[in-house]
Amino acid sequence: MSLKEFTKGFFRENPVFVLALGLCPTLAVSSLVEKGLGMGLAATFVLVCSNVIISLVRKLVPKRIRIPIFIVIIATFVVIVELALKAYLPPLSEALGIFIPLIVVNCIILGRAEAYAQKNSVGRSFMDGLGMGLGFTYALFIIATIREVLGFGTFLGFSVFGSDFEPATIMILSPGAFITIGLMMGYFNWRRRRKKLKGVGAPDDILAERERLTAATKEAA
Amino acid sequence: MSYGVQLILLFIGAVLVNNFVLMRYLGLCPYLGVSKQTDSAFGMGMAVIFVMFLAAVVTWLIYHFILVPLDLAWMRTIFFILVIASLVQTVEIIMQKSLPSLYRALGIFLPLITTNCAVLGVTVLNIDSGFDFFQSVVHAFGAGVGFTLALLLMAGLRERMEVGNVPKPLRGLPIAFITAGLMSVAFLGFSGLIPE
Repeated sequence: MSLKEFTKGFFRENPVFVLALGLCPTLAVSSLVEKGLGMGLAATFVLVCSNVIISLVRKLVPKRIRIPIFIVIIATFVVIVELALKAYLPPLSEALGIFIPLIVVNCIILGRAEAYAQKNSVGRSFMDGLGMGLGFTYALFIIATIREVLGFGTFLGFSVFGSDFEPATIMILSPGAFITIGLMMGYFNWRRRRKKLKGVGAPDDILAERERLTAATKEAA
Repeated sequence: MSYGVQLILLFIGAVLVNNFVLMRYLGLCPYLGVSKQTDSAFGMGMAVIFVMFLAAVVTWLIYHFILVPLDLAWMRTIFFILVIASLVQTVEIIMQKSLPSLYRALGIFLPLITTNCAVLGVTVLNIDSGFDFFQSVVHAFGAGVGFTLALLLMAGLRERMEVGNVPKPLRGLPIAFITAGLMSVAFLGFSGLIPE
């Protein structure tokens, strides 16, 4: 069990900035740092649990019906998160709204199940899930920080610039979300080009890869 | 306001004001994945409208006639995703057998829709907003039309962008996101169109 399984999620294979997965929740909940962190940790919990369970049952699952089985496993943990948040953190549950049930269709989770957990041991899958989940959280944290600081002039609710600051409301509306993530992806592209890192394709290749993966669902289901 | 007018406003609201892609951030994966050519964007859009419509009908009925009486409403996420997955599969099989020409046009897009969060999103939103049956169906249809509209506009822009001189690190997805951001600025102009 190496540390690499854990750290790859942050930069080299960051699910949001490099792999371009899980974009809907990333944009939707990143207007406030608090919401971004809540969503990131909820998704991390689901990702770690589903990775471990899928890795445990990987030899029992018939290949042809693996996708529906994975989806049921993932959905089970999503329901657990949904009910737990509703019971213990009602304001967060309210703020994240439909994006909690939508963790089920977060491509990062099914993607890791398909690409990693069904082929690797429990320990490695656990580290992979944790790394990818925290990589997702970290991406959400960066985007949410940019948007909250510019859009509200606050960070986690505390004022950053004092009362003279005129907040740029556009940053907390949808245009700000799209443009921030576009520029962040551009930055990661630029960084990768400069370092000439090999072995990770451009985001476009990975989208195509995911389409192939989803097409495989067709045969399986 | 009569019920008919309410439904029309709900439809316009779902298409323009609360556009699923640009305002609610749902269905971004197909939005960016299938928006390179207008032909495939149109096919994908039609498939999404069709599946959203069916999913809204089926999940509304299941929720109100099976889950609520059995006190299983908290299980809706699991039920809905399974319903959508099997619905997509059934539609695909029926289409393949009885409408082969339509299947050739839309077939490849259907499996992609299972993991499209816009479909699950519209069914969950219908329940959360407390819509009745017709409101749910109209809302789902409007959401599908709004998705198709955004997808087609984006595909048109991206076809043009192919020949544009985009800075190298921004090529591909980053510039697509920035374009989507500018489109959503335009769509912000629709807010306030519908009286609350």
